[in-house]
Amino acid sequence: MIKRREPVGGLREKVRVPRVHLALAALLTLLGGACTPQGIGGEPVTVPPPPATTGVPDSGPVTLTVWDQETGQVSKVWDRLNAEFEQHYPNVTIDRVNVDFGELKTLLKLAVSGPNAPDIVEANQGWPDMGGLVRAGLLLPLDNYAEAYGWIDRVPAAVRAVSSWTPDGREFGTGNLFGYTSLGEILGVYYNKQKLAALGLTVPTTFAAFEQALATAKSAGEVPIQFANNAAFPGIHEFVMIQDQMAAPQDLTDFIFGDRAVNPSFDTPENVQAAATLQDWAKAGYFTPGFGGTGYETSIANFAKGEGLFMITGNWIVADLGADNADFGFFPMPPMEAGDPPVSTGGAGFPLSITVGSQHPDAAAAYIDFMTNDHATSLLLRVGQLPLSTGDTSAEVEPGTLLADVVGAANAVAKANGVVPYEDWATPTFYDTLSASIQELMAERLTPQEFVAKVQDDYAEFQESRP
Amino acid sequence: MIRDLGQQAPAIPSPAVAVGTRRRRERFEPLPGESRRLGYLYILPAFLLYAAFNLVPLAQGVNDSFFHWDGITDGTWAGLANYKEFFTEAEIRTGYVHVLILMIFYAFLPIVIGLFLAAVLSRIRIRGLTFFRLLLFLPLVITDVVTAVAWNWIYDTHGPLNAVFKAVGLGGLIPSAGWLGDFNTALPAVGVFGLWGQFGFCLILFLAGVMKIPSSLYEAARVDGANAFHEFFAVTLPGLRYELQVVLVLTVVGTLGTFDEIYVMTAGGPGTATTVPAYLVWRRMFQTGQVGSAAALGIMLMLIVFAVAYGINRLMERGAER
Repeated sequence: MIKRREPVGGLREKVRVPRVHLALAALLTLLGGACTPQGIGGEPVTVPPPPATTGVPDSGPVTLTVWDQETGQVSKVWDRLNAEFEQHYPNVTIDRVNVDFGELKTLLKLAVSGPNAPDIVEANQGWPDMGGLVRAGLLLPLDNYAEAYGWIDRVPAAVRAVSSWTPDGREFGTGNLFGYTSLGEILGVYYNKQKLAALGLTVPTTFAAFEQALATAKSAGEVPIQFANNAAFPGIHEFVMIQDQMAAPQDLTDFIFGDRAVNPSFDTPENVQAAATLQDWAKAGYFTPGFGGTGYETSIANFAKGEGLFMITGNWIVADLGADNADFGFFPMPPMEAGDPPVSTGGAGFPLSITVGSQHPDAAAAYIDFMTNDHATSLLLRVGQLPLSTGDTSAEVEPGTLLADVVGAANAVAKANGVVPYEDWATPTFYDTLSASIQELMAERLTPQEFVAKVQDDYAEFQESRP
Repeated sequence: MIRDLGQQAPAIPSPAVAVGTRRRRERFEPLPGESRRLGYLYILPAFLLYAAFNLVPLAQGVNDSFFHWDGITDGTWAGLANYKEFFTEAEIRTGYVHVLILMIFYAFLPIVIGLFLAAVLSRIRIRGLTFFRLLLFLPLVITDVVTAVAWNWIYDTHGPLNAVFKAVGLGGLIPSAGWLGDFNTALPAVGVFGLWGQFGFCLILFLAGVMKIPSSLYEAARVDGANAFHEFFAVTLPGLRYELQVVLVLTVVGTLGTFDEIYVMTAGGPGTATTVPAYLVWRRMFQTGQVGSAAALGIMLMLIVFAVAYGINRLMERGAER
């Protein structure tokens, strides 16, 4: 649109929209509106037959393309495991594509639906990601592999449920298995042992005692909860940790799965109470000043440096603080009544799925088994990943370390059947709606009642549009 | 205006008419030599690329905007529902309000500051002008993502901006949620980033324009007793009309397409305090599986950009004819 100096007449001419352009625009409009955008899968998927043998069949060279979103120390372990797998099966080449979480969310659907789909992908559970891929018929049901490799007995039913869908992708939490992992995640409260002792406090055993500890820390001039919400997702973690103590875990799970039989809603008295509590904490100054403008990584670094009594987040920062660190501890958010079973958001980590386009599904299944066997989980445990096949791994952990606390908390929650899935799996837009609304709630731009109503709007809209 | 002129002096045809008739005659009297149709062959390679990467996706976008589609399963016919959404959804309306606010920082202020500085600089000789030009142009050469990351750091709680505020005793003005985290300051903070990037561009174009204004005009103005103020409005501003038009179109259209800095600095937050139309298009397209809605938003944005660019050009030219 850069215009040169021209005589007045020339300028006038330029302004006129040439007829050709108008005609072209009309043509485009006619062309449009003619064809329905097509899905890529089309055919309903069938469960592949059980493999003749476990392991990779030795029938010529096999290249397995794997898309994952692992970072840091965990990513290095993946490299090592990939090399070991190639060594074990000389005819196999692993082509690893490592992308970050946000990028994976953006690119995965495009990659899996394209002509050169990867064989194995880490697809986030829930309606936004795995749900769409299943509905499009782009992932293979793994039931027969699970049978052949004994995955079913290795992990709790709740872990399989969050990767289970009916083959048409209409119901979540039931049906066929579309992804598998033996590694888990847990949200909880990290604490600075020195500060807790200096304040004359012990690890709280009730929610009320936890709130009392916050007040004590605040009046002593400490930052009660290290927190940064520039990235918006940490706010979800603060909220669900409160919510988990106030609402029944089964109700929360039904809500996330969208179980039509119980017609769940976000607009419940328990959620209003949880929202009010979070808002009260923000009002009371229990969170790091300036939390809205600070990045998540910065908050981890600040907590490690000794700023803040508590930090509410997931097991994945263990490696940042140091698995063998004895200065920090970890506990599940304490229940309302002392002695009640612990409840916490978490559960399965990123599951591995096989795409419909894979030429070597049997080899891909062998790879998934290899990445989730005892050898893999023991290597990954040392970098802070929690094995879900509980019992046999606690012995490998040095007692008194941060990692021991995290493993202990995860086991306690799993044994009490208190694992609640991530709330942002509830609808394709839930992550955005919930994280933005929590920011508004904490800035007192929404009342707790307005907050639940706004989030419920998103939920209701999705439930109506569900096939 | 032109018509009025014509009525007053019918004997003299206006230049516009003259140019038009000459052109028309040319079309019917082909020049000797190669066939005119061969020209189409010359533009074919470029046209094929243009069609493949612009026209076809545009047609697809128009098509998709009439469907509810998640991008991977079959779409269902939506009629005009996605366009209706455009006019009814609060989120979209808020996005456009934010863009209007950003225009103050991305278009209005850079032009005002650029004009002022150009007027001042035109009156004095500056040594090392090329160097300053380079400095001012640098923000435009470096990609927005890189500079936005740097500005994130500037706005950080422990960043240099807060350090300066505290050093001069204005620490109390720092919002407790941080500049990019506070609902009231996040959008202006992004705006200041844009101002920093845009005003150098405006200034450079204006400076180039000022240099083309014959110095005899300034001398004549001074002989007539004009002060700096008169000089600016009587000589500098009219002389910069074309530059102003270019700058206005580019900055306003650029603001409508704001995406990079929002993606890097705020992700539309806190809450929805910095959502803009282009960011909503991206999010719906790639994050939340609302491809039809994203396509409709994109088409509407395109139409608005066309209308605004056309409107600005019309406005400026009407001003010129007066």
